[in-house]
Amino acid sequence: MSIDHRAGAHGERSVGNTAGSSDLAPTREQLAAMSHAELDMLGARLDDTEVVVLSNPPPPGSIAEKRAERQVALCFGLATLFAFAFVIVFWGAGWFLPDWEYEVGGSAFGTLFTPLLGLTMGSALAFLGIGIVLWAKKLMPHEVATQGRHGGASDPVDAQTAGGTIMAGFARTGLARHNIVRRSLLGAAGALGLLAIVPLGGLIKDPNRGRELVETAWDEGIRLLRDDGTPIRPSDMQPGSLETVFPAVEGGNRQADAATMLIRLRREQVEAVEAPPGQEDFGWEDYLAFSKICTHAGCPVSLYEQETGRILCPCHQSQFDVTRGASPAFGPAARALPQLPIAVDEEGFFVARSDYPEPVGPSFWNREKVEEG
Amino acid sequence: MSAPTVPPRSAPVTRVGHAAADFDDRMTIAAPLRRTLNKVFPEHWSFLLGEIALYSFVVLLLTGTYLTFFFDATMQEVVYEGSYAPLRGVEMSAAYASSLDISFDVRGGLLMRQIHHWAALLFVASIFVHMMRIFFTGAFRKPREANWTIGVLLLVLATLEGFTGYTLPDDLLSGTGLRIASAIILSVPVIGTWAHFAVFDGAYPGEEIIGRFYIAHVLLIPGILLLLIAVHLLLLIKQKHTQFAGPGKTENNVVGHRFYPVFMANGGSLFMVVFAVCAALGGLIQTNPIWLYGPYNPAQVSSGSQPDWYVGFLDGSTRLFPAWDISIFGYQIPAIFWPTAVLPGILVTLLLLYPMIERRLTKDNAHHNLLQRPRDVPVRTSLGMMMIIFYMVLWISGGNDLIADKFNISLNAMTWIGRIGLVVLPPIVYVATYRLCLGLQRHDRQVLEHGIETGIIRRLPSGEFIEVHQPLGPVDEHGHGLLQYGGAPVPKKMNSLGGAGRRLRGFFSPIEEPAAIKAAPAEREERELTGSGRPSDGGRPSDGGRPADPRP
Repeated sequence: MSIDHRAGAHGERSVGNTAGSSDLAPTREQLAAMSHAELDMLGARLDDTEVVVLSNPPPPGSIAEKRAERQVALCFGLATLFAFAFVIVFWGAGWFLPDWEYEVGGSAFGTLFTPLLGLTMGSALAFLGIGIVLWAKKLMPHEVATQGRHGGASDPVDAQTAGGTIMAGFARTGLARHNIVRRSLLGAAGALGLLAIVPLGGLIKDPNRGRELVETAWDEGIRLLRDDGTPIRPSDMQPGSLETVFPAVEGGNRQADAATMLIRLRREQVEAVEAPPGQEDFGWEDYLAFSKICTHAGCPVSLYEQETGRILCPCHQSQFDVTRGASPAFGPAARALPQLPIAVDEEGFFVARSDYPEPVGPSFWNREKVEEG
Repeated sequence: MSAPTVPPRSAPVTRVGHAAADFDDRMTIAAPLRRTLNKVFPEHWSFLLGEIALYSFVVLLLTGTYLTFFFDATMQEVVYEGSYAPLRGVEMSAAYASSLDISFDVRGGLLMRQIHHWAALLFVASIFVHMMRIFFTGAFRKPREANWTIGVLLLVLATLEGFTGYTLPDDLLSGTGLRIASAIILSVPVIGTWAHFAVFDGAYPGEEIIGRFYIAHVLLIPGILLLLIAVHLLLLIKQKHTQFAGPGKTENNVVGHRFYPVFMANGGSLFMVVFAVCAALGGLIQTNPIWLYGPYNPAQVSSGSQPDWYVGFLDGSTRLFPAWDISIFGYQIPAIFWPTAVLPGILVTLLLLYPMIERRLTKDNAHHNLLQRPRDVPVRTSLGMMMIIFYMVLWISGGNDLIADKFNISLNAMTWIGRIGLVVLPPIVYVATYRLCLGLQRHDRQVLEHGIETGIIRRLPSGEFIEVHQPLGPVDEHGHGLLQYGGAPVPKKMNSLGGAGRRLRGFFSPIEEPAAIKAAPAEREERELTGSGRPSDGGRPSDGGRPADPRP
């Protein structure tokens, strides 16, 4: 496809689209004699556009025009003013204005710095915008232009020749005949495509190698520490209270899966406890320890209502019943919070008796399988 | 085009003219430039909604670039030593510390951060509203299906872009959102754990995710967004904008303003106003105060945690979906998979395919450049309203704990209200919308046939009282209007016909003489207002064919 041909076809077509285009081709002399407005209208017609209504702005010198001028200029003036005000607030702070840095209980200017910036910047932009709107609405002539649309399928000549060009070009490549070239090319394309994708394999890691999804840092004899690193004695907590505890390992309080709730039941709750089978001895006297990581979406379940013995997850409102092995009582969670078997060591501090018997946190496809394996 | 003799007026005289001529000499740009400037854009306030999305995207690019100068996208633990006293000495990720620095130690940084956040909220919101406009007016119909598809992809990408950006500060609130995203990825059957390890480079949270989200947020997704927006706009220009039906407007023309200068001025001013709104919000109204949330800690969460608004419906669906973990042969499909992966997947697929579905069902294969009024397409309008109410129930349920708290309603009741509402409300809304559309359609026809109610009561010689109706156009021998409904709004009030004249111009004081507008009504054809439009007052021939009122 040569450039000349395209340019010619294009030019022809744009003239062809224009009704009465022959009238629209002025001579050089006519062109030279035309005013800008006339040239504008000629151009519009060349672009298949008819400017139908041209309502004029208020007449020059009229009260309406003066008013509009004043309004527009006022807006632009205010925009300028606010833009300068922004610059002054921005650079004046800490120079001839008070320091801009916010300090708790510090100067009022520190608190007002960002609002002042927003106010001046917003006002500058808004007045500029409003000014332009008023200018366009009140001072520019309003036109209703009608332009033709030429959608739909291409001209048959164009369509057929384009198709012909593609097919003839394809024939010239000989791909249809040279089977061996075509097949080897396809093979190469496939292989190179593979080559392009394969490096992404660097992202892939086997989740089933290692025990990241299954094990936590808890293990036999690991103490239950508060966030500040202090161990807990049974006498430290009131009945009905909850303490978030972490394993006594390096960085234990930053691990995503280790957070555990140590709960001391109230006396009447102790009698009502229905431990799930196999977990009857996981608690220690009136103390129970459950994973803090919700089995639904992994948020830390944090809200403990000691009246009802329910733990609420603030993310999706799953509720777990502490007296029934933290089994779900309401909401979208389907599994009980895993329970940590606890004991008290010879120094009188709480320790874990083992890791959690099952993976903590949200469910996944092979959760039960990895648990076994 | 080089002529041996150049007439004086064609030759450039000014310096700018010379420069333009030189430029054209090299680029041959005059014709395409003129075509662009002469391009006609139809006008309607609702056509500006997409522009708002475009302009807020520009604001996002500008402010986002600024933020990258200061943001450190690593999860390395540092001890905060910045100027926000309450967090001094606290261990946190470098990402969170640098976000605090942007907020407290970079001059104007907080303004930029907040403008960026507000603009992001506005970006997604304007895409939503723009999409509703396109949907309800049928602007997606042939030949514009491709642009609808691109638009839906833009919405999905904008949501992803928003979520990744929201995660970057690594504060307690966004970390909670990331934790849930991790659970969602983990929940995908078969490949869930593999996908999670690929994204997070291990179990949650790993040490890579902020860095990866960062490059996705500042390069990958914005790059695709930019490309798709460019194609979206080019297609719009190529296919020309749709327009509402009205006088002089046909399937084969575009009626409006030419691009230059009025449309350009309006677009520029809208950009300024969008930027102004973002700037004012960013400076005056606090959003996402990360310093109040504290650094992310997997063992902590605050109650009443809410995501950015466009993620709220997923939060709601997650809250409402029952605890149905499915177990097959020892393998599990967690309950969270359905409301967070399957449901949005279905919604997006339906949106993507909707133009094709409608084309298939209506067998309407024609080109459409004129928009439809929602009432004229009751099924689509009702489907759309059904979708909106479905979305709204999910969205409100995303904050059901806050509603329960503020209005003192049981939280469990709120959950059940959401569950029941999600099933019951959409059909009710469908039927209600359908009836409403039909009612509006009939009223349009009624006014066309019988005229506008004037509010004038007249007593007939027989003693009967009738309300006088003003016909909208020529009438037949029975007093029935001959105008056909053409898809354009039908005037329903005398004032829309100029019944009360027009008001005097001027805001504080009149700037024109009252006489100037008094003259105008005289130009209208005066017609005696008589017919009641009712069969008893010259009704249809089938009603007995009583003669109509004599008319002048």
